[in-house]
Amino acid sequence: MILVIAEQQDGVLNRATWETIAAAQQAGGPVTVAVLGAETAAVAAAVAAAEVAGVVRVEGGALGVYTLDGFVMSLAALVEAEQPAHVFLPHTYRTRDFAPALAARCHAPLVTDCVGTKTHDGQLVFVRPVFQGRLLADVAVSGQAFVTFQIGAVRADAVALGASPAPVRTVAAGVEAAAIRQAPEAPFREARQAVDLTQAERIVAVGRGIRDQDKIALAQQLAAAIGAEIGASRPICDAGWLPMDRQIGSSGQTVAPKVYIALGISGAIQHLVGMKGAGTIVAVNKDPEAPIFEIADYGIVGDLFEVVPALIKELQG
Amino acid sequence: MKIAVCIKQVPTRDVQPRVNDQKTWVRDQDASFELNEPDAYALEEGLRLKEKHGGEVVVCSAGPARVAQALRESLARGADRAIHVEGDALATADAFAVSEALAAAMREEHFDLVLTGLQSDDQGFAQTGPILAELLGFASATIIMEVDVQPGGLRVKRELEGGWFQWVALPRPALLTIQSGINQLRYATLKGIMAAKKKEIRKVAPPEGLASRQRIVHLYVPAKQKQTEMIGGTPAEAAKALVRRLRDDARVLS
Repeated sequence: MILVIAEQQDGVLNRATWETIAAAQQAGGPVTVAVLGAETAAVAAAVAAAEVAGVVRVEGGALGVYTLDGFVMSLAALVEAEQPAHVFLPHTYRTRDFAPALAARCHAPLVTDCVGTKTHDGQLVFVRPVFQGRLLADVAVSGQAFVTFQIGAVRADAVALGASPAPVRTVAAGVEAAAIRQAPEAPFREARQAVDLTQAERIVAVGRGIRDQDKIALAQQLAAAIGAEIGASRPICDAGWLPMDRQIGSSGQTVAPKVYIALGISGAIQHLVGMKGAGTIVAVNKDPEAPIFEIADYGIVGDLFEVVPALIKELQG
Repeated sequence: MKIAVCIKQVPTRDVQPRVNDQKTWVRDQDASFELNEPDAYALEEGLRLKEKHGGEVVVCSAGPARVAQALRESLARGADRAIHVEGDALATADAFAVSEALAAAMREEHFDLVLTGLQSDDQGFAQTGPILAELLGFASATIIMEVDVQPGGLRVKRELEGGWFQWVALPRPALLTIQSGINQLRYATLKGIMAAKKKEIRKVAPPEGLASRQRIVHLYVPAKQKQTEMIGGTPAEAAKALVRRLRDDARVLS
């Protein structure tokens, strides 16, 4: 049996849960879904629509607000009781927080950020990007494994739905609030973002290949020439060369413009998840093997400091 | 405060790695290595906390002999001493094995705070820190963007998805995984490099029976997801061809 850990907050199911259920169905064998929280009836009823063997509600007042310790304690007990072959989770920030400690407590490996499963020499293996997405690895495990799936890697609409709702049962979380060491405060957003890149029709984005803060101006000239917003990969914002609200990727904004021009962006997965929905993707990079070319419609291998001025000239000519 | 920072040395990030003949790992002999960039932010945060609150910063790594270079660089940036769990098998080990190796060497040090980067640029497990916390019995929190030291504990700012954040209080000893961009990195000065030569790197053998629980059975270049049209020629020719395609074929420019 594969145990899927659903993600919900305040009764709202994280859509990535459907992708993880689909991944579990594709891996074969019966699937059980666990929903954790203080009040899980509605979310459990929703996931029971999937073709699964059952849904387990793990309920307790101490799970109302997410904490690492609370989730590790309750899930370690659930895994001990259910003895699943594997445990599948969506690769969200929350999973990244608790899954390593959970796997360690269960003495099992954690295979993170998988994009799919397949069979290698008759054995189920997990496919995951390594070396910044430049290579893929088929990973084998011995015994039980915890496996997280990259958001968007498995189609949510591939979930098989059952003819009738799956049976739902409830177990007590069995977590003492006093044993939880983390005391979280309410989530908040920083000062309102100045730019909403999600609505931009055209984006020119810069990455490490720009090399120098002074060279950002060149990208801005290109953006002005086609009426585009300027965006960036994380390292550029980390360095303070552009403000954080220009960041595109898993920790920044997710964009879907008609045209996306990536300048000196290698294409680490954390960036790709934020822009692969763009209509037409152009990549300019001096490295012909940069992963950004995997998803580009048009690619130019070359020095952006030569290509971008030529582009500006061509657009203005 | 006694602070440990765990670092990894990884193949240089801007070079396409070559797969070995067995197709299970990259050709190490072709690679050059550097300090894993996310760990550099953890080191910087450790140095800043020491400057503000006193104590010492001990940089720890598990890996083959070459890792000494990354440790020496960390000492040059300001760490006080280093612990090197040395073993060739650690270069390709999974996060669990690396955490066990680190835990065995770090347990007797009784650190107040352990910092790691969010993930490594090679295998990208993003779990060595939290597993280490579990093995050491420390409270932990991940993806941290700000650290406030409080009496007996910490108050840390966690990054959540989509521009959301959250403050979390937790007791010491604690382990935090640090998000890149939390601070601006310093680089080693000549004085720091000279001082580093006199600092201690304590070598420790990994524990007996260390075994990875996951292994790569096939390593390969991803298949292309899209039919990419590569545009060649001089910069001017390429620019002309690209603009024509964006206007006439893709119809995304006027």
